[in-house]
Amino acid sequence: MKRLIVLTSLFMCTLTILPVLAGYQVGDVATDFKLKNIDGKMVSLSDYPESKGFIVIFTCNHCPYAVMYEDRIIELQTKFAAQGYPVVAINPNSANKQPKDSYANMITRAEEKSFNFPYLHDETQAIAKAYGATRTPHIYLLQRQGEDLKVAYIGAIDDNARKADDVEARYLEDAITALESGAKPDPDFTKAVGCTIKWE
Amino acid sequence: MLRTGILLFVMFAATALPAQPRIPVLSFDELDKLMNQPNDTLYVFNFWATWCAPCIKELPHFDSLGRRYAGQKLKVVLVSLDFEDELETKLRPFAQKRKLRSTVVLLNPGRGGEWIDRVSPAWSGAIPATVFVRGSSATRDFYEKQFEFAELNTIVQQILGEQE
Repeated sequence: MKRLIVLTSLFMCTLTILPVLAGYQVGDVATDFKLKNIDGKMVSLSDYPESKGFIVIFTCNHCPYAVMYEDRIIELQTKFAAQGYPVVAINPNSANKQPKDSYANMITRAEEKSFNFPYLHDETQAIAKAYGATRTPHIYLLQRQGEDLKVAYIGAIDDNARKADDVEARYLEDAITALESGAKPDPDFTKAVGCTIKWE
Repeated sequence: MLRTGILLFVMFAATALPAQPRIPVLSFDELDKLMNQPNDTLYVFNFWATWCAPCIKELPHFDSLGRRYAGQKLKVVLVSLDFEDELETKLRPFAQKRKLRSTVVLLNPGRGGEWIDRVSPAWSGAIPATVFVRGSSATRDFYEKQFEFAELNTIVQQILGEQE
């Protein structure tokens, strides 16, 4: 009986976290959104009708792994916005759970680092849930195919969070190169250590 | 030889240690060996780091678990994902200040994230994450979440209860 209760409660646990763990796989059509940027204006992917795709990055202010990638994200925007793949960064964290990730602190951090990309606030966390983001940083590379934006790569920017100089595999850049040559990214999915998204 | 020594140390270190005399640095293969021992001890591997706030909140529960099951076939291993070059500046001072009694190891998995699937395909890489392993019953239960003590205790009771 006790075992049954334990099993049932574990099962219910699984059910409750499923909506978070669901989300996109490579090949799925990604949803657009309308989220507030650090300049107070609303930003949607439909604001960039000419883009070939997007580098959507779930990131935040407080996570050391996110911070280690800030300079690399600035470089990605410099390099790939011009090639048709702009960076769109989204902070999905609850400021109640992690005050450093408040909207006000997003503005401060963006000014300190001179972010050259939109840094959007997913206040309801609905977009992080729709995409299936679980950690920061968590990258979704989207490719425009007709009317749709399809997920082409999910995972890490590269294989070395700590030392940008010591990176061997640039997963995200290689994925864009593959798309540009008409190929499928390989790998199209990677994992990396990161901070949990701070759900409300 | 040194590596074998480190592994033996981790395998047999008593649960009630004085404040962290040694914190071995393990490669993933070395950790993987610890996670695949064919005996009937229940190993609780908690993946954490000193920079991870939810991890730090749940750490005392893992120490409590070790105390609650002292003398039974349960062993808690706190697997730190702090960087190896911050072992002396961050991890050891933290372990001493918090008087961590469980075994602490520092995992240096090297580049890439392929090792994450080898812990569990269900792990996205976010921490805290915990895996309960018992070789004799082929148990490997994985959770990517922050625990309260009662939940940890329930899972342990459930796994230990299966033996009877």
